[in-house]
Amino acid sequence: MSDLLVAEGVRKEFGGLVAVNDVDFTIPEESIVSLIGPNGAGKTTFFNMLTGVYKPTAGRIVFDGHDVTAKPPHAIAQRGIGRTFQNIRLFQNMTAIENTLVGMHCRLSGGIVRSVLRTPGLKREEEEARKRAHELLEFSGLLGSEDDYARNLSYGDQRRLEVARALATQPKLLLLDEPTAGMNPQETSDFTGFVSKLRNEEKLTILLIEHDMRVVMGISDRVTVLDYGEKIAEGTPQEVQRDERVIEAYLGSGALAG
Amino acid sequence: MDFFRAWLKARPDYEQVVRRRGKRALVFGTPAFLILAVSGAASLALVLLTVVAVVLYVPAWNYYRYGRWVVVGGVLLLAVFYPFYQANLFEFPIFGGFPSVDTGVTMLIYIMMALGLNIVVGYAGLLDLGYVAFYAMGAYTAAWFASQHFHQVNVHFGAVGVNPSVPGIHISIWIVLLIAAIFTAVVGVIIGFPTLRLRGDYLAIVTLGFGEIMPQVARNGDHLFGQNITNGPQGINPIDPPGFGDTLNDATGVPSDYLTFNTSFLGHTISGVELFFWTALVLVLVTVFCSVRLRDSRLGRAWIAIREDETAAAAMGVPLMRTKTWAYAAGAFFGGIAGAYYAAFKSGTFPDDFFFNISVFILCMVILGGMGNIWGVIIGGGFLAYLNQEGLGNIGGWLNNHFSGASTSSDKWFTLWSNEIDVPLYSSGIFGIILVLVMLFRPEGLIPSSRRKAEFREGVSDEPLYDVQH
Repeated sequence: MSDLLVAEGVRKEFGGLVAVNDVDFTIPEESIVSLIGPNGAGKTTFFNMLTGVYKPTAGRIVFDGHDVTAKPPHAIAQRGIGRTFQNIRLFQNMTAIENTLVGMHCRLSGGIVRSVLRTPGLKREEEEARKRAHELLEFSGLLGSEDDYARNLSYGDQRRLEVARALATQPKLLLLDEPTAGMNPQETSDFTGFVSKLRNEEKLTILLIEHDMRVVMGISDRVTVLDYGEKIAEGTPQEVQRDERVIEAYLGSGALAG
Repeated sequence: MDFFRAWLKARPDYEQVVRRRGKRALVFGTPAFLILAVSGAASLALVLLTVVAVVLYVPAWNYYRYGRWVVVGGVLLLAVFYPFYQANLFEFPIFGGFPSVDTGVTMLIYIMMALGLNIVVGYAGLLDLGYVAFYAMGAYTAAWFASQHFHQVNVHFGAVGVNPSVPGIHISIWIVLLIAAIFTAVVGVIIGFPTLRLRGDYLAIVTLGFGEIMPQVARNGDHLFGQNITNGPQGINPIDPPGFGDTLNDATGVPSDYLTFNTSFLGHTISGVELFFWTALVLVLVTVFCSVRLRDSRLGRAWIAIREDETAAAAMGVPLMRTKTWAYAAGAFFGGIAGAYYAAFKSGTFPDDFFFNISVFILCMVILGGMGNIWGVIIGGGFLAYLNQEGLGNIGGWLNNHFSGASTSSDKWFTLWSNEIDVPLYSSGIFGIILVLVMLFRPEGLIPSSRRKAEFREGVSDEPLYDVQH
């Protein structure tokens, strides 16, 4: 499988602080890759550079054959990178289905004039969009919560809605930032199955930031470990689990036993 | 009857809503009715108006399939026939009579501007403190294309009320309205370019700046790069009147020239003022129509998303600059029409018409009415515009009659102050106080959208409205 995303020498400096230090990173198509490391290692900063929220201080990011280094977030979303956020950033005062419809913004085409005139073509497009949003919500396990305001959903449902919204952008690469944070073991296990389904059935490529080792070891094809902004290990889950530097920096010796 | 029972069962809360509305109507309506009746307003008009108000409000029409059109249609009928029954209406105790048709035109124009600003502030959440710039742009565009200002040329196209030999550019007002709208929208895009990159407070300050620049350019525009663009402090007047011209008049009877129109209908004289009123009504309807369509569209959703969480919106593919610029352009479009139409109505445009206070005034209307809610903005805008034109003056007159030492009227109660106070003079202060009171006690406005009500009560995600969470 070819590489869907290639990041070379990516670096992010905030003044004197080097958050990400010349990291090389590739993601093969239709794989599930996990990015792990202690808090403050630069994982979310790296994510933010991939999605255009931050501009890299140096380095290059090539996605699907296109150079997306320092492009604005909406352009990267249009290219096909979708994401969820570590601290849930739903549109709280919009309903679940409206959140999902916003995700489809770059895949719909209604401009200002057509919206005012509500041409038959536009009406059809909106109906189809609603149908697709409905299907996405159903796929994400949110049937029945469509017209609930996002702020009224349970925590687990909000996480699911974030994924549904990201899926609405029709991504080729899905970035999930600590998606199981705050979930109990049952929910975590359900979510892990859901991520596998996304790769197996929808043929998505997935990059995961995770702290829960059961998820990481359970579904990752490959794991990359960051510490203080640097890549300290990379390989299959088993290899990384046994790596000494990783154990020292992050996993702790208890991980070997588990 | 069975059909109705089944219909009721499908909507379990309908009865509750109607009951609540009925109670509300009783609790607020009865004292209001009695006060009005006792204070000398007792008349057929009062009874009819009360009946109409109750019929439009209590049955909760939006539960019926086409019910919302009942309310819209009812209000529209009331508005269209207003010039006919305005003279027969009663007087309120302190506020005096219902507004004249002339004031009605001004109210409608302000409502149009408030609806335009509602798109910028209410939908997209962009705090624009310089909306008067768009209004001024529209007014001066009308002045350029429908007056003798550019007397070096002689262009006539569909203009009415003006001799073809008269110099200047004279284009039909209807086309001029469109030109003004598009031109102002373009100016909105240009202003948006440097300002929309900024967030929140900074955007407000910069728009405030532009709101000040425009009137200054207007005032000093008679020596701009050696050209007389705005004719300076004297302004540009007269401006050609609206009309449909003689050919259309002969064919269909539509007024050829608003200013010279005079006819009689249902026992009332119909002249220019009534025509301006009905045209303004049409313009407001167009603005409302566009607002509703935009709100429920892909663009409207994008605006709300940007208002909620800009970063998340961008990550979902919403282009921030472009989307915010569309909000500006749409708001400017309607502000431009309002400005151009007002200039045609007053037959002139003067720099003194545009000052920063107007931007805040229109913002007050949007906030008082309920940001984002079209009915709320209409009511808030209409009420504040009425206060500004007639209401404050009437209140002042009433206060002076009753409390002024200089009053020789038989209504006088006792002396609170020796001279006569000029209430309209304090209008800015009064509107400021209204704004403060609204933000303290009902920040979501008179008729909030349910979205906004929640925002104000609970704060926007991690941003509480107040420093201390209640």
